[in-house]
Amino acid sequence: MDEVDLLILGAGPAGMAAAAEAASAGLSVALLDEQARPGGQIYRDVTEVPKARAAILGPEYTAGRRLADAITTPRIRPIPGATVWKLDPDRTVAYSVDGQAAQIRGHRLLIATGALERPVPIPGWTLPGVMTAGAAQILLKQSGVVPRRAVIAGCGPLVYLIGAQMVRAGTPPLALVETQTRGDFMAALPHLGGALKGWRAMAKGLGWIAELKRAGVPRHTGARDLAVEGEGRAQALSFTTRSRQRIDCDTVLLHEGVVPNTQATRSLGLPHRWDAGQHCFVPDHDRWGETALPGIYVAGDGAGIGGALAAELAGRLVGLHAAAALGRWEQAERDRLAVPLFAALARERAARPFLDAAYPPSPQSRAPADATIVCRCEEVTAGDIRRYARLGCTGPNQAKAFGRAGMGPCQGRYCGLTVTSILAESNGKSPQETGYYRIRPPLKPVTLGELAAMDVPEQQEKSA
Amino acid sequence: MNDASPFLELEPDAPRVTVRFDGTDYALPEGANLAAALLAAGVRIFRATPVSGAPRAPFCMMGACYDCLVQIDGVTRQACMTRVTDGLVVERAPGKDQKDG
Ligand SMILES: Cc1cc2nc3c(=O)[nH]c(=O)nc-3n(C[C@H](O)[C@H](O)[C@H](O)COP(=O)(O)OP(=O)(O)OC[C@H]3O[C@@H](n4cnc5c(N)ncnc54)[C@H](O)[C@@H]3O)c2cc1C
Ligand code: FES
Repeated sequence: MDEVDLLILGAGPAGMAAAAEAASAGLSVALLDEQARPGGQIYRDVTEVPKARAAILGPEYTAGRRLADAITTPRIRPIPGATVWKLDPDRTVAYSVDGQAAQIRGHRLLIATGALERPVPIPGWTLPGVMTAGAAQILLKQSGVVPRRAVIAGCGPLVYLIGAQMVRAGTPPLALVETQTRGDFMAALPHLGGALKGWRAMAKGLGWIAELKRAGVPRHTGARDLAVEGEGRAQALSFTTRSRQRIDCDTVLLHEGVVPNTQATRSLGLPHRWDAGQHCFVPDHDRWGETALPGIYVAGDGAGIGGALAAELAGRLVGLHAAAALGRWEQAERDRLAVPLFAALARERAARPFLDAAYPPSPQSRAPADATIVCRCEEVTAGDIRRYARLGCTGPNQAKAFGRAGMGPCQGRYCGLTVTSILAESNGKSPQETGYYRIRPPLKPVTLGELAAMDVPEQQEKSA
Repeated sequence: MNDASPFLELEPDAPRVTVRFDGTDYALPEGANLAAALLAAGVRIFRATPVSGAPRAPFCMMGACYDCLVQIDGVTRQACMTRVTDGLVVERAPGKDQKDG
């Protein structure tokens, strides 16, 4: 089988930085990503982007070019367009490129699969014309496509970023409908000290808000009871502030922050814990990113939300650690090289507690009304989940026995946290006690043809 | 470019190829992301759900939600993970009616 020193899943800032660090210490690296080009979510297609589009996206985006350049060394083998669908504890990974399955094994394995946007289950969120704000960003970054008449709804710094980018693109959002309240801001104030230490992140956010203000984009804060209205497609967003309001539009962009994409770590049976500050599960890991399985590391937003710069630093730490584990660095040398990285990481993370408290997921998305669909794939509602709870359902896995929540192709990526939250509330239990879906391979649907094609070399190996 | 589309293309001059979606021909930028190109061309509905037949369109653009499923050469694929190539023939993924019927 194909083998490398460090196998990396995910070519975002965490994966790219780990690859560069490990390669410079002499390790052979393979970098798998289902996207055609490196960059991850933040730096999507940064190596290809035309000048005018780069200007719209701003310097935080084009900064990713430096990382993408650093991985063009012979020791790093990029495997683009590779959808990973199975990981084994012995660090063998199965993936498909263009319908062709293959396997590769790493002496060390880094899972750097990044974040997903938190589900925002509101009435009408399954209608065509409703997308995540991140999806709009991907449209802009990768394709130069922007919605003409969009409302951005939800909360968090990325709401301001995409709003500002749309202003620069000449299609300012019709409005920002923000769910965070004055109470959230007050609750965040005790963390202001940390935020000031992470002042660069804060200054960026304030800059985006100023751009939106100059462009005359209306902001509605403390919005409740959001609902997308329309026949067969999104035609308006309605919500309540002091009174009920309605904004006509063609596109609704939803966003309430990002949460770790734990599909890969869950599929390995790794322990995860509930992070009450970030309202999500994170895989357990030590300061170097090592998980409960020896030689398997996590870094970046998939290990806990910290943003792109934190992801890059955590990736470099994994690169150093893997190089030391495989004998390329003395431990003392690794520790010396890591000192400035740990210090920078602490600075980078300093603003998080403030941001997490100031922009929490809305009460509506944590406890949607009964009629709201929570599982988009199987069209299971919040009321269904509450009914399962009354019938004795204690956790998301059991919910699968009551109905089909989480059993569609997205495998719970956009309902898992909501189902945990509804069951926890209904049963008076914590999210930790309630747990999450058990994730089994394949992580993404594979065809029988792909599986059959992969069996051939294995059988040959056995008979040889 | 389609002025009736809810989406604006910032670089409308990119070289185009012909893609057939659900029986209609579209001139889409070669090599573009298929989901993005169809949205920009004014396609609003990509599939119907297998459960209720409700219309869906791309939601995440990152391969996670599966609301952009289409059929190409009989294989169900995510439009947001597919590139535009000349002569591509794309069908709506089978929804409720097809499943029941
Ligand atoms: C849609 C979206 C847009 C965002 N935009 C911004 C932004 O503009 N600015 C900002 O500061 N932050 C943004 N973020 C937050 C983002 O999580 C971080 O800033 C940063 O991208 C995290 O880096 P990472 O290396 O941890 O992961 P990512 O950059 O997310 O990279 C993870 C990579 O893993 C790959 N991957 C995942 N699963 C698989 C699999 N099964 N098989 C193969 N490959 C896989 C993905 O394709 C992806 O390229 C965005 C997040 C999302 C979800
Ligand atoms: S739009 Fe979500 S998978 Fe394609």
